[in-house]
Amino acid sequence: MSATIYLHEFRTRLKSVLIWSGSLTALVFFFFSLFPSFAEQAALMQQMMANFPPALLEAFGMTKVDLSSLMGFYGFLFAFVQLCLAIQAGNYGFGLVSIEESELTADFLLSKPVSRLQVLISKLLAAVSNLLLTMLIVTVVSLVAIALFNDGHEYAASTLILVLVSGILLQLFFLGVGLVISLLVKRIRSVTPWSLGLAFGAYVLSAFSGILGEIKLEYITPFKHLDPAYIVLNAGFNTPLVLLNVAVTLVSLAASTWLYLRRDIPAVS
Amino acid sequence: MSIIEVTNLTKYYGKSRGIVDVSFKEEEGEIFGFIGPNGAGKSTTIRLLLSLIHPTSGSARVFGKDVTTHGPEIRRDIGYLPSEVFYYEGMKVIDLLKYSASFYGKDCTERLHELSEYMELELNRRISDLSYGNKKKVGIVQGLLHSPKLLLLDEPTAGLDPLMQRKFFDLIRKENTRGVTVFFSSHILGEVQRLCTRVGIIREGRIVEISDIRTLQQDNYKKVNVTAAGLDQATFALPGVTNVQVEDGTLHFFFKGDINAVLKKLSSLKLSDVTIEEPTLEEIFMHYYE
Repeated sequence: MSATIYLHEFRTRLKSVLIWSGSLTALVFFFFSLFPSFAEQAALMQQMMANFPPALLEAFGMTKVDLSSLMGFYGFLFAFVQLCLAIQAGNYGFGLVSIEESELTADFLLSKPVSRLQVLISKLLAAVSNLLLTMLIVTVVSLVAIALFNDGHEYAASTLILVLVSGILLQLFFLGVGLVISLLVKRIRSVTPWSLGLAFGAYVLSAFSGILGEIKLEYITPFKHLDPAYIVLNAGFNTPLVLLNVAVTLVSLAASTWLYLRRDIPAVS
Repeated sequence: MSIIEVTNLTKYYGKSRGIVDVSFKEEEGEIFGFIGPNGAGKSTTIRLLLSLIHPTSGSARVFGKDVTTHGPEIRRDIGYLPSEVFYYEGMKVIDLLKYSASFYGKDCTERLHELSEYMELELNRRISDLSYGNKKKVGIVQGLLHSPKLLLLDEPTAGLDPLMQRKFFDLIRKENTRGVTVFFSSHILGEVQRLCTRVGIIREGRIVEISDIRTLQQDNYKKVNVTAAGLDQATFALPGVTNVQVEDGTLHFFFKGDINAVLKKLSSLKLSDVTIEEPTLEEIFMHYYE
């Protein structure tokens, strides 16, 4: 690990972290400020929801959740936070080494006296730090929002922690998978289409998995592995799926290392 | 011990050829010119030495160590200047240079300012605001900052104005007298001729010739220009005569062989002018490409 690279990378993404954190703060606050009215008019809500097509409710994971309970509402809200975290982490994963290659600074970095492994580890640790910083801000904002708008409702801290941890696992998943895809394709010219595609693709699959019911789409989409509605409902992880998720992340990181050490850095063309 | 020792080095990018079976050595303190047209494999060779890419077969050693296994160690003493420089656009020149220096674990501040002053580089400007030539200057300072023992220069003069080119050459010569070995790739022969002691010529991925720059010029060809009345293509139909051209009553040709044969022929003509000279490297070079 090279402290020089770590600091450089961490700083480079700091602005992006602040922008994402700002958006997430707004999302959490705006959403959560609605909780008191949801909680008050729980019966009315249930009535209204009954009029929605069941498929739509399934797609948004609203069938099993009790939106009038504090954690139920937070879980519902956190699904959108997860989507944002996925796009952000995907951005960092897809861009981790590909940005240096498309902007042609890879030559500069890799002609320095550092090994490829050092470069990759330093970059990964910096990106993970950036993501954890985002998560820390989300945590603080969530606690503040809950304190402000709890409307006298109680909640289990352990459930909140699990939901927040699911956010971290999801970040690592998209970081790892984004990275390995970026190393498998020949060249990534722009990062955003890839990360948006991956995040929304996985999100849509997760929604479909709700509608189709029988088909086992939950195995392939991280939004099902770490479904906040499931965590809230069961006050725990869906252990096999979470293990599968972590395994995919670890395999992606191992494969990325293998690929990066053997990679030919493309020249100016 | 050779500073660079390349043995049967081959690189294919998928099916397309990079370099094939390239072998050469460069000794300590030499300035080795590596000449070839664009796409001949000059950059591929340099990128292999830096382990930016991995060889398909063969091996390369720098400072006696294999480049694929001892990369970081080797790169500690290498200064690299690519033909086109790209740096982190948002950074200031000074920050980039400090970032670069921080990799070498030694204080380069004094040298940083010395080199920047010499190259007339403004340290407080943003990389994205720099012209191509100025970025190149950043590249030069960045490449020499850590007092490397080996300089890998990949078409280094592109984008530098003539004045800066001369300063740059002086700088390279100065480094060389301090014992720095220089590997200089270029397609401009004039500059290689000015700077290098030995040259390797690469064409379509293969080394065609490695020789002392003097022998390349002396042993091979003489360039003869004759002006006389009634000359034509057939006047000098001697063995060893090539590249005959008639231009405004003057006959130009290259000659390799016993010069007396040409002199005998000349003395039989009524000349108005004659010169026999060393061909420039450029002209010799054209032969390798015909």
